[in-house]
Amino acid sequence: MNAERREALRAGGALTLLTLVTAAGWLRPGEAAAADVWNKAAFETHSLEETMKALGGGTPAASKDIVFFSTPDIAENGAVVPIGITSNVPKTESIAILIEKNPNMLAAVFDVPPGTEPTLSTRIKMQQTSNVYALVKADGKYHVASKEIKVTLGGCGG
Amino acid sequence: MADPMKIRANLVGDATEVKVLMSHEMETGQRKDSQGKTIPAWFIQNVKVTHNDKVVLAAQWGPAVAKNPFVSFKFKGGAKGDRIRITWTDNHDDTRTDEVTIA
Repeated sequence: MNAERREALRAGGALTLLTLVTAAGWLRPGEAAAADVWNKAAFETHSLEETMKALGGGTPAASKDIVFFSTPDIAENGAVVPIGITSNVPKTESIAILIEKNPNMLAAVFDVPPGTEPTLSTRIKMQQTSNVYALVKADGKYHVASKEIKVTLGGCGG
Repeated sequence: MADPMKIRANLVGDATEVKVLMSHEMETGQRKDSQGKTIPAWFIQNVKVTHNDKVVLAAQWGPAVAKNPFVSFKFKGGAKGDRIRITWTDNHDDTRTDEVTIA
């Protein structure tokens, strides 16, 4: 019996087992909720059109039913900009935050299941003064509202 | 292992208000260190909030979410003592789950 061959066989067997375990762990049965996917393409876009394409939607309709709250007009520190968004669009399914002049436009997407109020607040980073879009998906259609936030890095507030 | 999240879940009228502060660098991958080398991106990609095993908020994040991310939202149907569980997963496949009961 060739010792080298046996070694190779054993190594091969272990590799197969490892592959199986990895595959099982990756599949995670019963955990295939939306939160476990990350839409890489959408997070690498640079314009509203590109983002819409990556999200699989058409041109969003401007909406007065999406409101920014506790969101500053001027942010003194671009590293921490509070953003609050309320969607009064019926059947809101998700709310996304897009920052026009950031290196990548899409900042966050929140899925809002029925029972959860379509109102949320968070904090984002902004590289410079820019329009911020609140993109709402409701009943399969996209709606958008925007607000300009001025960023005054440099600390003089001017 | 990352530091624990700070979570508050309070009953406000007929809704439960959840506020969470996570501890994470949220490195963008855009910054450079003193040697001019790009600091690799390191950020939370997925967040899931469940109330008694029902998902009440799910999110996908890019690196533009601020360092030590904060989220606040409300949902209906919560009762005092119910369990709120929050899980995040970052782009290094590191994950953390914390839970509180509704007060």
